Amino acid sequence: MTILPFLSAGWIFLAGVYGLVTSRNAIHAVGCLAVAQSSTYVLLLTVGYRRGGTAPYFTDTPLGTRVVDPVVQALALTDVVVGATVTALLLGLVMQVRKRHGTVDPDALTGLKG
Amino acid sequence: MVRTADLLPLAVAVPLFGAVVLAVGGRWLPRVAIDALATAWAALEVAGLAVLWQRTGDGHSVSWLGGWYPVRGESVGIVLVGDRIGIGLALLAGALVLAVVVYSWRYFDEPPVQHAGTFPALILLFEAGMCGFALTGDLFDAFVFFELMGAAAYALTGYRIEDPRPVQGALIFGVVNSLGAYCTLLGIGLLYARTGELGLAQIGLKLAGHHADSLLTAAFVLVITGLLVKAAVVPFHFWLPDAHAVAPTPVCMLLSGVMVELGLYGTLRIYWVVFSGPHGIAPPHLRATFVAAGVLTALVGAVMCWQQRHLKRMLAFSTVGHVGLFLIGMALLTPEGIAGVALYVAAHAGVKAALFATAGVLLDRHGSVDEHGLYGRGRDLPLVGALFGLGGLALAGLPPFGTSLGKAVTEHAAGDRFPWLPVVFVLVSAATGGAVLRACARIFAGVGPRPREHDDGTETTGSGEAPEIRDPQRPIPIPMLAVPAALLCASLAAGLLPGFGSALAHAARQFTDRTAYTAAVFGHAVTPSAPLPEVGWSVEGVLLALASTALAALFAAAAVWGTGLPWHGVGRAVRQRVVLPLRRLHSGHLGDYVTWLVVGVAVLLVVMAA
Repeated sequence: MTILPFLSAGWIFLAGVYGLVTSRNAIHAVGCLAVAQSSTYVLLLTVGYRRGGTAPYFTDTPLGTRVVDPVVQALALTDVVVGATVTALLLGLVMQVRKRHGTVDPDALTGLKG
Repeated sequence: MVRTADLLPLAVAVPLFGAVVLAVGGRWLPRVAIDALATAWAALEVAGLAVLWQRTGDGHSVSWLGGWYPVRGESVGIVLVGDRIGIGLALLAGALVLAVVVYSWRYFDEPPVQHAGTFPALILLFEAGMCGFALTGDLFDAFVFFELMGAAAYALTGYRIEDPRPVQGALIFGVVNSLGAYCTLLGIGLLYARTGELGLAQIGLKLAGHHADSLLTAAFVLVITGLLVKAAVVPFHFWLPDAHAVAPTPVCMLLSGVMVELGLYGTLRIYWVVFSGPHGIAPPHLRATFVAAGVLTALVGAVMCWQQRHLKRMLAFSTVGHVGLFLIGMALLTPEGIAGVALYVAAHAGVKAALFATAGVLLDRHGSVDEHGLYGRGRDLPLVGALFGLGGLALAGLPPFGTSLGKAVTEHAAGDRFPWLPVVFVLVSAATGGAVLRACARIFAGVGPRPREHDDGTETTGSGEAPEIRDPQRPIPIPMLAVPAALLCASLAAGLLPGFGSALAHAARQFTDRTAYTAAVFGHAVTPSAPLPEVGWSVEGVLLALASTALAALFAAAAVWGTGLPWHGVGRAVRQRVVLPLRRLHSGHLGDYVTWLVVGVAVLLVVMAA
């Protein structure tokens, strides 16, 4: 097991966070959130990886074949569903922000403060 | 007859099913039918949870979903576990949802034409997420319920999409909370990599066989990050006032009353069951860190609460202050601390929801929640003013409200360990209660000089909010007054009924017993051995409670009448040097809030690894 995939998961997460912090466009920010989330897919799939393992389907492979962990794949799928819901909801909110405020720049959207 | 174990999944399934029925059926049903259906559904959920609370008693209710029971200590199934703290929180959520559904009977008189059932459906979906989160015994399920609760809450916050502010607050709420949730998921991934398990009890058992190292610390910090964001612990709290200031009032009642507290519950549940084992995170280390975080949160919340003129924002910061106090109590890691906090949370939920509900009446009448702009305009609403003032006193800890008893028990537990902590409790309760009393005196009695109405650009004023009801001429709907009155009565009852405190004392002992939880998951009952904490009125507690109430009244009086007094100059200097920079940190900027989240995670990593 190499440490590289774990490091890349961390890197992807930080890239997403960097984008969120410096974002000048709310749609871009939601995209960055999705980038940060995709680090969780990488991490989960890394955790379940087994060298030389094949996909965990036993319809045409004999029982006892070396397979990767199916649990993390189920987790990643659930995670994708959660992420899609949240991204869609947030993009919907950004659309409304654009309609009501006429801008999607977080620097201009600081009406709630103090 | 339903088996006790089946009541656990039903607690999640009932509101989920209700949400579907309301969302689909809402297209054809008339308004009255939708309200009746939503109320019936919320009442059914409360009834189910009450039976579950009664039958679980001082043990655990365990349900392996789909019959995937463990075989020789191994299981691939997903488990729901209820003890009285978890079930109690679900029950609290259920009771508040019922109150909210009744409160909003006439609240949104003009729902979007095609989707009349959407609002109660979202509320029930939110309830399903909260109940599932409180009852799950599985870490990944906790994440899923956490996100379900989150997504429903973002949608509810931005429900009035035609207004500019709610959509903005909901966006910040959604982005910050989701980012926190993904941190949690990264942590869950690391724990799974280490142990190959997802159940809380199973991970805890497997971790006992490993030595504590930096991976464990990193996993712990990442897992609790999302929960601390939800719990609005400084510096993860920035989203909360923005979301609470703009969310529809019924939604604020739920967010402040129970959702935020669920974040703390999750943190401590996961710590006890997973990380408190022999090779986990050492209790003294955790205690020091979390008590420090709690004190910081409580003080920031209290100072910011005092500064607000936007009523809902004021109440939101008061929640931050109280969450700090709850965190201190829970971080003591003693049954007494947990029992006190449980009582405090239950009573605080009633009081805070009642305060939001009365603020909703003002919003309804005057289209404003600005303390300065509303000066004297509440004189024609004496009943509302009485409820608001009583809520302020209860928040400050007036005996015999449950907030006062909960504060006294927690204070006592905290004072045993750190003798200076009761001072924090008294000051924070007095400042948050005092801010409410100050607003109450100005709005409903019109006392003191008229405050300035202009805005110097550093704050959110609260004027020009869209009223949530379109016809201010009609009389106040009865539920909008009956619900806050009932909530205050419930909070009073929490302090007066001795059986409630003793039930929570048993529950707290059970909650802090790791062995009993783990054994229950695998089908064995273990009687906890720790001594039962004492939950009841004491002379010291009553005196401190009276002191904080008097101090709150004093603060309010000084703010209303004291502008010409000699200490006014000192106050201005403090405001310029300390308070103004703190207020400027709450910039409303998404990037800033994300930066603070990252800083918080980094600090926690360094502190926990030290």
